[in-house]
Amino acid sequence: MKFGVVVFPGSNCDFDTYFVLKNGLGQETVFLWHKDHSLQDADCVVLPGGFAFGDYLRSGAIARFSPLMQEVCEFAERGGLVLGICNGFQVLLEMGLLPGAMLRNKNLKFLCQFVHLRVESAQTRFSQRARPGQVLRIPIAHFDGQYYAPPEILNELEVRGQVVLRYVDVKGERTDEANVNGSALSIAGLINRNGNVMGMMPHPERASEALLGSEDGRVIFESLIGP
Amino acid sequence: MRVRILVSFKESVLDPQGQTVKNALLTLGYGFVKDVRQGKVFDIAVDGITEEEARRVIPEIADKVLANPIIEKFTWEILEEQKKA
Repeated sequence: MKFGVVVFPGSNCDFDTYFVLKNGLGQETVFLWHKDHSLQDADCVVLPGGFAFGDYLRSGAIARFSPLMQEVCEFAERGGLVLGICNGFQVLLEMGLLPGAMLRNKNLKFLCQFVHLRVESAQTRFSQRARPGQVLRIPIAHFDGQYYAPPEILNELEVRGQVVLRYVDVKGERTDEANVNGSALSIAGLINRNGNVMGMMPHPERASEALLGSEDGRVIFESLIGP
Repeated sequence: MRVRILVSFKESVLDPQGQTVKNALLTLGYGFVKDVRQGKVFDIAVDGITEEEARRVIPEIADKVLANPIIEKFTWEILEEQKKA
């Protein structure tokens, strides 16, 4: 499996993601510069966390106009696997590859902490190695992570089973308190209708080594590699 | 020609920053404040297009780039040219 990690000016989780995929999981991994036009035959494109273009205008709003994003769009439309983490998720929303938008966190604070996530669907290419209902402990680090979508879209996401990860408490229960950023339906990660594009606010690359306090994030990358 | 575009959250979207400003104003005793909505202003200088063209292309720019239509709405106006003294 070949991974391509997209690098924008302002990306800051690109090296972590690269390290986990290459050293932690032993996969062929390349960086993809946002101004290039080639995905270098990657099987999976990862849009990493960070602050692409300084989050100017809106988080992810400018990144979508980078030349490489045209290739990423076509790749996704052909069924290619695309994973957006944090800022990468925001970029996918701005590109329209995933529905909805991100608002500032409900408490208007930058949140940098471990959260608990419940795996709502273990039948996706991004979660197939997890157990349904499994609770993962993975950190978040964002200002604009309050997921928003109009009611009809939220309903559709639920009906079609596109919600992959939800913020829960340590016992796996949905509570207002556990929904730290105030996301609609406690959504932390969602997938497109075709099941090949996923966005998640938590950082699995920061929780892929026991040394860093959690290995729970590995399951996302392992799922991509295979069942 | 100068164009001013105002982008703000749709009424259906909660604006926590506006709410915080409102609460601050109420705390200061400005009890008549009923609501605050926060937004962004873009002043754009344009050249080489007619006003008619501007009226077509400015909303396009606002819709495509400046605002995210899922959560935001916009209004815009052509600013009066400032006369040189």
